[in-house]
Amino acid sequence: MTAGNPNVIYMDNNATTRVAPEVVEAMMPFLTESYGNPSSMHTFGGHVGQDVKDARIKVAALLGAEPGEITFTSCGTESDSTAILSALRTDPEKRHIVTTRVEHPAVKNLCENLETVTGHKYRVTRLKVDAEGMLDMAEYQAALSEDTAIVSVMWANNETGVIFPVAEMAGMAKERGILFHTDAVQAVGKIAIDLKSLDIDFLSLSGHKLHAPKGVGVLYIKRGTLFVPFMMGGHQEHGRRGGTENVTSIVGLGRACELAAEKMIEENSRVKQLRDRLEEKLLAAIPKSMLNGHKTERLPNTANISFEFVEGEAILLHMNQHGICASSGSACTSGSLEPSHVLRAMGVPFTAAHGSIRFSLSVYNTVEEVDLVIAKMPAIIESLRKLSPFWKG
Amino acid sequence: MWEYTDKVQQHFLTPQNVGEIDKPSGTGDVGSLACGDALKLTLKIDANDIITDAKFKTFGCASAIASSSVLTEMVKGLAVDEAAKITNEDIAQALGGLPKEKMHCSVMGREALEAAIADYRGLKLPMAEGEVVCECFGVTDLEIIRAIKESSLRSVEEITNFTKAGGGCGKCEEKLRKILHDTVSGKSEISIPHATPKRMTALQKIKKIEEVLEREIRPGLKKDGGDIELIDVDGDFVIVSLRGACKSCNKSQTTIKEYVEKKLRELVLTSLIVEESNS
Repeated sequence: MTAGNPNVIYMDNNATTRVAPEVVEAMMPFLTESYGNPSSMHTFGGHVGQDVKDARIKVAALLGAEPGEITFTSCGTESDSTAILSALRTDPEKRHIVTTRVEHPAVKNLCENLETVTGHKYRVTRLKVDAEGMLDMAEYQAALSEDTAIVSVMWANNETGVIFPVAEMAGMAKERGILFHTDAVQAVGKIAIDLKSLDIDFLSLSGHKLHAPKGVGVLYIKRGTLFVPFMMGGHQEHGRRGGTENVTSIVGLGRACELAAEKMIEENSRVKQLRDRLEEKLLAAIPKSMLNGHKTERLPNTANISFEFVEGEAILLHMNQHGICASSGSACTSGSLEPSHVLRAMGVPFTAAHGSIRFSLSVYNTVEEVDLVIAKMPAIIESLRKLSPFWKG
Repeated sequence: MWEYTDKVQQHFLTPQNVGEIDKPSGTGDVGSLACGDALKLTLKIDANDIITDAKFKTFGCASAIASSSVLTEMVKGLAVDEAAKITNEDIAQALGGLPKEKMHCSVMGREALEAAIADYRGLKLPMAEGEVVCECFGVTDLEIIRAIKESSLRSVEEITNFTKAGGGCGKCEEKLRKILHDTVSGKSEISIPHATPKRMTALQKIKKIEEVLEREIRPGLKKDGGDIELIDVDGDFVIVSLRGACKSCNKSQTTIKEYVEKKLRELVLTSLIVEESNS
């Protein structure tokens, strides 16, 4: 069972992750004796400033970036807003944004607001995805124009785990002199990233998706990229983000990035094998089930599976009876009345979209847990299908 | 995470009366896969109008399944007239309450019950006769007005929670606001019709058909230089004769089936069959 809570099988790591014990340990001094302000002139605060600096170095190392390119924020959403709004302010003549139909709400809703709230001052192109969740590079190429201020494309999709070719896309944007932002919240820590070799101008990440606590994020800003801050205030973060630093969490994030680098191989071998085992066995054992998203161009930890003719929330609540935690793209779980915009953009039929379950694993999962889920799921789906007026099994 | 009562949990985890009654006295089929929830309710009703058995099949979330399950328990043993009085609030109450965003699940239960009773009695479903306001979920103004009145709804958000209307593309939000305003201020002209009995006397039927032909159909045909005449009504068969330009029109069959028959079915009786006179 998952360490930390013996009653829980946690397979919802794309939602949030367990704070690593090593991270907790690294943070503790800053919740107790080391409470100084990093901006203070005295040694007591100055020491804390050094720890923030160390954390910045560790984050930069995981991303293949320079420490000066790392700005700490409060979350992934803040990083996304900061990057996109900065690009629009540094080149106010340009009024066009290129993004995709499957972005996280942090980018999706910001772009919608930029269109509607400004009275359509800004124009947004949303790239389509195919049935496997992949983009069409020709459509992307055609969408870039003289008027495009920024491209914002997620590195990996939170619902399906599908990975977009952001390296190639950033190169294409650079050729046209267009800024490129990527929401890499799901990718960081799961796949190798080396920003110094790429044309990415902005990258967002979020601490709580890689075993750091909630409430801390990072915006990577490539050296030389024009920038206008989102949060005005003090001189913190080289004047790029005002506000006293969330020191404890920043230190925690630094440690989490160190750990992520150490466990990258395990993530892409053992965790991937667990994911594949779960996926293959479930698809084989349960009729009318299917994988959502590209089979290989995908994060090693994510499996999004649809069980036709049953509804996701009902599935999740049955899983909950066994302590199994996952997510669903069904309407009922989102609080809205329509199923996931990602699955709809992929053209997943309603019969399947409402019954989609996302399993997202981490290094803390074990083969015993995976086998327990494999053992429990068929009966859950069967019992709900017996209730379903659409199931003719 | 939704906060469900123990009663909801209990009905969700061990649902009662699952299945379909063989040769049911009445069937209520509401919702759809696209909408994210659907319920098929079947009733067995004896000669004394008592519901002796009820079964359900539901596609949907925990509260949809629980609402269906508790509904079957509520109606069993009731006289049809008594069962017809059950509202969505009654269903929600029997479950110890539902989260407000989930009230539409209890509304679905009530709609299925209404549909099953209407089916048993051979009545038309009154709610479906309204004008569709929310295209995404196919919700009519009548359903919305009733929900506003019965559950004292006071915002568009509440309307969405109860009826799903406005929960899709959101384009009907303005219409919903107007309906809410009109209903609450008592301005709404629309009154909720009562189910019209299917069995009318032959004379009533002929009179109604004549009325509809005169009022709804003839003006349209006359505009195109044609006309229509009622020849006979034999049971559900309505024999008509087309006149003027319509007579020689090669689309006359389409006119009869797609236009005349559709209108008569809609406004008089769903079982009517319109045919052209041979003479």
